[in-house]
Amino acid sequence: MNPASTTVDRSTLPALRAVPRFALPAVTKSTLGNGLKVWTAQHAMVPMTGLLLLVRSGSSSDPAGREGLAAITADMLDEGVGSLSAIEVHQELARMGAQLDTDVGADATLIGLTSLSRFTGRALAFLADLVVRPALREDDFLRVRQQRLHRLMQLRDLPGATADRAFAKLLYGNTPYGHTALGNERSLGAMTMDDVRAFYQRAIHPEDTTLVAVGDGDHDTIRSLAEHAFGGWSASRDVVEAPVDVLPQPPRLNIVPRPGAAQSELRIGHVGVARSTADYHAIVAANMVLGGQFVSRINLNLRADKGITYGARTAFEFRRSAGPFVLSASVDKAATAVAISESMKEIADIRDRRPVTADELAIGVAALTRGYAKNFETFDQLARAIAQLSLFDLPDSFYSEFVPRVEALTPDDVSRAAARYLDPSRLTTLVVGDVDATSQEFGRLNLGAPNLVPADSI
Amino acid sequence: MLLHESHGCPIVAVNIWYHVGSKNERPGHTGFAHLFEHLMFEGSEHHDRGFFQPLQAAGASLNGSTNADRTNYWEVVPASALDLALWMESDRMGYLLPALTGQKFANQRDVVLNERRQNYENRPYGLASMAMLATLYPDDHPYHWTTIGEIADLQAAQVEEAHDFFRRYYHPANASIALAGDFESETALALVRSYFEGIPAGPRLDPVKRTATIESDRRIYLEDRVELPRLYLAWLTPAMYADGDADLDLATDLLANGKTSRLYRRLVYDERIATDVSASQSSREMSSFVQMSATAAPGHTLAEIDRAISEEIDALANGGPTDDEIERGRVQAETQFMRRLQTVGGFGGKSDQLNAYNTFLGRPDYFTEDLGRYERVTKSSLQQASARYLHDGHRVVMSIVPRGRLDLAIADSSAVAVS
Repeated sequence: MNPASTTVDRSTLPALRAVPRFALPAVTKSTLGNGLKVWTAQHAMVPMTGLLLLVRSGSSSDPAGREGLAAITADMLDEGVGSLSAIEVHQELARMGAQLDTDVGADATLIGLTSLSRFTGRALAFLADLVVRPALREDDFLRVRQQRLHRLMQLRDLPGATADRAFAKLLYGNTPYGHTALGNERSLGAMTMDDVRAFYQRAIHPEDTTLVAVGDGDHDTIRSLAEHAFGGWSASRDVVEAPVDVLPQPPRLNIVPRPGAAQSELRIGHVGVARSTADYHAIVAANMVLGGQFVSRINLNLRADKGITYGARTAFEFRRSAGPFVLSASVDKAATAVAISESMKEIADIRDRRPVTADELAIGVAALTRGYAKNFETFDQLARAIAQLSLFDLPDSFYSEFVPRVEALTPDDVSRAAARYLDPSRLTTLVVGDVDATSQEFGRLNLGAPNLVPADSI
Repeated sequence: MLLHESHGCPIVAVNIWYHVGSKNERPGHTGFAHLFEHLMFEGSEHHDRGFFQPLQAAGASLNGSTNADRTNYWEVVPASALDLALWMESDRMGYLLPALTGQKFANQRDVVLNERRQNYENRPYGLASMAMLATLYPDDHPYHWTTIGEIADLQAAQVEEAHDFFRRYYHPANASIALAGDFESETALALVRSYFEGIPAGPRLDPVKRTATIESDRRIYLEDRVELPRLYLAWLTPAMYADGDADLDLATDLLANGKTSRLYRRLVYDERIATDVSASQSSREMSSFVQMSATAAPGHTLAEIDRAISEEIDALANGGPTDDEIERGRVQAETQFMRRLQTVGGFGGKSDQLNAYNTFLGRPDYFTEDLGRYERVTKSSLQQASARYLHDGHRVVMSIVPRGRLDLAIADSSAVAVS
C-alpha cells in the first residue's frame, strides 16, 4: 500500500509543547474529638464517592512469630458486625453497589469503600461499623485462617510470589520488613483469636487513622457524617517500642530450585532508603533511567536488545523506614546468567562508567512530569494520593511541587543519587528456577558459592 | 471517528480498534494477530525506531492488546500532545511496512515466546484457557485457540505473513478511532483528518461466522505444577449483546461472584469444600461461554464440588433468583457502568468503550441502552436463561490436577493436549 497523499509533515515529529501546571484539588482537613483525621477533596466526574481509611499500621507491626497478624486482623473486619454474619455484611455492601478493598502494606492498612454517591452516608456509617465494631468471632477466624493457609499453599506454585517472599527474608532477615503481609504456615498455625483481638486493640485506633473522602460531597457534610459514625470510637494509642534489629548480610547468589521451570524468576537488589530522604526526587529520576520505564536501560538491554524477557524493571520501594531497591524480571531459563551479569553491569555503570546523560534524563523527567496529571484523574487515584500525604507526613504542596522539583534536576544530581543509593557490592541475587548454579557461566559472575534455599523453607 | 469532550483533567485519550483478532487466524498460523500487535510498536517508515520513546517522552502512557475479536491500541497524553499521538498512530496505520524487517520480526517472536512461557507455561493453572477453548470449540472453529498461539505456529511464522496480515487488516475501513478528554471537537477533528485522511480506506471485510454446539458433556483433565486440584466448568452461551447475554452475566454473578454468591456461601463459607470459587461470562462476537472454577480444599474432591455446583444451578434454573438478588445485581451493574466512565482512556475507559460499541454494533452511543439491558433483567428472564444454557449434558468438565495425581480428576475424563 502506498498512500496517495498526506497533508502533514512526516519528516519530523510534532514539537513538544508546554503542559499546563498541575495542582492537586484543595484538601480540606478536620480532626474529630477522638483524634480521627477527616480529609476531603471534591471530584464530581462520576456520581460516585471514594472513602479510604488509612490506618498507620501494617505488616511491619506483626509481632515476631505472628507474621501475618496485621493482614488477618484486617481481613476479619468484614467477617461480621454486631449480629450480622460475613455474608450479611457483603449483602449490605452489594445493595449499595459498594466495593470494599483492603490492602495491607508494610507500613499501613488501607480500607477503601467506593459507592454510588446516593449511598455515601450509608456507606460511611457502614465503614465505621466494620472498623469500630467488628464482631471478631472465633469461628470466622478459623475459617479465614484456613483460607490463608490454603492461599500460602497455592502461592508455592507462583514463582513470582515465591521470589518476593524469599527476597524480603534475604534482605531483611527477622526485622520488620523481612516478611510479606501474608505471613507463613508456622506463624498462621500458631495464631489465635486472642492474638487478633490484642492486635486490633493495639494497632487500630482513631489517633493514627485518617479518613479520606473524595467525591461530590462537601467537607462539612462528610465531617458531620464521620462525627456521627466514628465519634463514639475511643480506643487510645498504645505505643510499643520497636526492637532494634540488625539487618543480615545475605549471600550474593541465592537459588530456589524449581525443577522443570521454563523461565527463571529473578530478583536483584539491596536495602534502599526511607521515603523521608531529601534525595527522593533524584532517586525517582535515576530509577526511571535505570529500570523504571519501558525505555529504561535495563528493559532495553534485556527485552529489546537480547529478547530474553517479556519485561524487566527496577524500583525503589519507598516506606517509612528504608524499603528495598529491587530489580524484577522473569527471564528465559537458558539466559539466566546473562540476565544477571547484564543487570548488574547496568546497575554498576549508571553510578560512574556511564552516568546519566542529559538526553536520558530529559526522557525520564518528561515521563515523570508531562503525564503527571493523569495520576489524579479518578476519585480513587485522588483518594490514594491524599492518603500518601498522611502516611508519609508530606506537605499538601507535595504533588504541586513535584513537577518543578523534578524538572530542576541536573544529570549530576541524578548520577550522584545513583552513586549514593545503589551499591553493586551489596547486591543480592535470587533466582527461582531450574538452573545449574555450579556451572561455569554462574561461576563467571563472581558472586561466590550459590546459597540453595529449599522452596519448602520459605 | 468518535469524539467525546470532557474537561476535568488536562489529558486526552486516543484509542484505535482494528477489527481483527485471533478469530481471523487459521489453524497452523495461530498467535499471529497478537504477534502482529507487538510489531506495531517497533517503528514505521517515518519514525523507524521504538514507538514508546517519543510518546513516553511527551508524558504519554500507552499500550495495546489483542483478543479473539479485536486489537486495540491507546495513548493517554497531556492535552498539548494530541498531535504527536495522532502522528504516531497514523504513521503506523499508513506506513508500517517499509520499516517491518525480518530482524524485528524475529526479535518480537522471541519476546512473544517469553511472554507465553511467563504467562502460560510458568503460571499455575496457566494452560487452563488453552485446554478449555480447545475443547469448547472444534479444531477449525476460530475460537478453538488462544490469542497467544501455539508454540510451533509462532516458531514457523514468517515476516512475509506479517506484511500480508497488515495489508489485509490494518487500514481505515477496518478501524475505529475514538478521542476522549480535554479538547475542542472542531480542532481535534481537523487534526484527525489531516493525519489520517491520506491513508487509503482498504477493503471492507466480511465478518467471520461460525457456530458451535456441545451435545454431551466433555470430560477432560490436565496435569499441572499445582498443589490443589481445580475444577473448571464451561457452557456455550449466546453472542455478546444477544438475548440472554445480560441475564447470564447476572446469573454468573449471583452464582459465583463474591461473598454474597450462592456458590461462595455453600462451597467456601458453609461446607468449606473449596478454597475459592469464581465464574464469569466471556462475551464474544460469534459465541460466548460461561466458565466457573473452584479449587478443592485439602481432603475434598472435585466430584463433591461438581455435585454441589450442579445442585445450585438446578436450584436457580428451577426457583429463579430472589428479589434481593435481582436488586443487588442491578445496582452492581449500574456501579460497574459508572466505574467505566471514570477515566477517558486505557483499557475499559470511555474511549475504549466507545470503540467497542462502534466496532461490534456500529452504535457508539449504545452506553445507556447497554445499561438498560441489565435493568430489564427480571426474575423470570434470568431463570429462563439459566435453565436454557447452564445445564448438565452440555458442558466441558475439566479437572486440573497435580502431576501424577490423575486419581484426583473427575471420573471418565480423558487427557487433553495443549501446544
